[in-house]
Amino acid sequence: MADMAVSRFPEPAVLDKGWIPRGVSRCSTAQFLGWLSPWVALLLLGLYAGWMCLRDGLYHTNMDHRFVFGLWIFLDLAIIALGAGAFFSGFLFYILRWHEMGAVIRSAVVLGFLCYSGAVVVLMVDVGQPLRAWFTFWHPNTHSMLAEVTFCITCYLIVLSIEYLPLVLKNRKLSQIPSFLVFEFQLHKVMPVLAGVGTFLSFFHQGSLGGLFGVMYGRPFAYREGFGIWPATFFLFILSAIAAGPAFLMLTTWLTEKISGHRLVRGSVYRLMARTSGVLLTAYVFFKCVDTVIWLNSTSQQAGFRPWEFYAWAPFGSWVLFLEIVVLGLLPALILLRASEEGPRRWLLCGAALACAGIVVNRLVFTIQTLALPTLPFDEFRTYLPNWVEVATFLGVVAYAVIVYSLSFRYLTLFPQEKELARATARGPQQEEIHVSGR
Amino acid sequence: MAAQAKIPTPPPQKQRRYGMVIDLDRCTGCGACMTACAVENNVPSGPPEADERKGINLMRVFTVRERNSRRTAFIPILCMQCGDRTPCETVCPQQAVEVDPLTGIVEQMPQRCLGCRYCMAACPYQARTFNWWDPAWPAGMETTLNPGVAPRMRGVVEKCDLCHSRLHAAEDRAAAEGRRDLNPGEYVPACVEACPTQAIVFGDLADKASEVSRLAAQPESFRWLERLGTGPKVYYRTRRRWVRDLARQGGAAPNQEVTRG
Repeated sequence: MADMAVSRFPEPAVLDKGWIPRGVSRCSTAQFLGWLSPWVALLLLGLYAGWMCLRDGLYHTNMDHRFVFGLWIFLDLAIIALGAGAFFSGFLFYILRWHEMGAVIRSAVVLGFLCYSGAVVVLMVDVGQPLRAWFTFWHPNTHSMLAEVTFCITCYLIVLSIEYLPLVLKNRKLSQIPSFLVFEFQLHKVMPVLAGVGTFLSFFHQGSLGGLFGVMYGRPFAYREGFGIWPATFFLFILSAIAAGPAFLMLTTWLTEKISGHRLVRGSVYRLMARTSGVLLTAYVFFKCVDTVIWLNSTSQQAGFRPWEFYAWAPFGSWVLFLEIVVLGLLPALILLRASEEGPRRWLLCGAALACAGIVVNRLVFTIQTLALPTLPFDEFRTYLPNWVEVATFLGVVAYAVIVYSLSFRYLTLFPQEKELARATARGPQQEEIHVSGR
Repeated sequence: MAAQAKIPTPPPQKQRRYGMVIDLDRCTGCGACMTACAVENNVPSGPPEADERKGINLMRVFTVRERNSRRTAFIPILCMQCGDRTPCETVCPQQAVEVDPLTGIVEQMPQRCLGCRYCMAACPYQARTFNWWDPAWPAGMETTLNPGVAPRMRGVVEKCDLCHSRLHAAEDRAAAEGRRDLNPGEYVPACVEACPTQAIVFGDLADKASEVSRLAAQPESFRWLERLGTGPKVYYRTRRRWVRDLARQGGAAPNQEVTRG
């Protein structure tokens, strides 16, 4: 990262040149360390805040008996949905053989690993007795969606770690060790199997995360009817995650290009991801509308709640529903579909950003709005704001993700097209495509 | 080999469904039930910052005022011991919540609880509390703790279990007398015992001859959020129509005046 100075300053010292992949340029070691240092500071702050909670208890947070899920669970759900790009790209590349996705599959794996491992770390701080996490495997309640989520996320994190390992072993220095090279080659052969297993596990836990709320018949705002044992939110969470995954991948790739100053993937890859995201988002918006109509007119009324009763409390008015479905659902879907055919790259990225924001709002609604609304007729509406401990802990996880991604980008080949595009750029600007990033 | 003597199989224990009826017309909102509950169950007072949002209250008394009127009702809320579709039991990932098939009491096992608080989110009555702090008592006060109830550690969820330790004690006494079944009134939770106006009637809802069954069947009796289908075993009764109308209402109306006890 932070490679912009490469072309502007004369010969900066790259002390770790031997570790950097051949054929690509990276910024000087000092610049790289300068880029990392604020993130390391943020990580240390996050570790301190997390340690306070582990040492003294969760009273340091602003959560309470009503807001038992706060910022951490909301953002965990959001980053797990955004990290769905990992399994969905793997599914498209290894199972459906969409070869163009090979340009971003490695980055998707790293992002997925960071999203999931970060979410698990935050969960370990969030639960009251983290040392009892293994109880779920020992005394599992097979009726609980949370048990299903725990099993699937644990297994999928292992799959992601195995998928990440060959990328590390392919490093220029590490690949000089013959046994590492052989091991990497063997791992590479099982990648399609791992992609299949990852897809299966991910479908289930993305769905189960939606099921967590959909099965709560004691909370009519979140409760949904469905098919068999799965509420409608089970399917909606899967669909929204696979729609947002490619959009998030587009944004992170673009951001990496901007920060590093290198073109990393061809414009056609952006367009493919935009089209995929747009089609899935359109389907999601359609089913979300159907679900909302059924919920307002049937499900909530059966529980004794009048339609729109849930939206009578400021600030969670009906505008939230409009924002979620129209502004951050239908609009980005149309932008992505339109811009994937023609139009400037900024519209693609705008559509991707709106799609990601829509998923984040959806997860906010299911966690925070569900808990804010009273169920007992004489109870009160309540609000919640996270305090610095919660924010710092989560920012620590963001810093961890940025640091590991930066290290991966510097020392591993995350974007196979980077080398080729660098040569094309050196040959002349006539090779540029309309939609590709870079300068 | 000598024939082994057959151990006689004891007769099966009577199936019970413990529940209660709270007479809202008798409740004065004095809070004696809350205090008795805290003392009986070794609930620590908590640090000064343990307010209503974070302090441990296994039983809360709401003060509800009708809008544009002086009429007031006090509504004690505790675990409703849901019997049909217990929301907290089905969601717990590691079976730390269990409905006792013999008594119908919804039991929480703090020693197995992970502290994920999913059960608290699932409970429509918000009758569950989380231990945000380590339990601590002022010096010397430990000697006043109830030896029959284990204090809960930090980071676990707890709730009303209808003073389960009292049930155990009553069953032990009955066993010592050679009985398997309890007589009515032998087992009474602390809140029922402490209520100065005898607003709470406790008993076996499965016993049609019991006072609690008779009161629960009366037209003045109702249950909160009955339409959710969770089958709560805590009933309320009042002759005041406006209070009963509240129960027919779904969620709280935004203009409902509410204060907490």
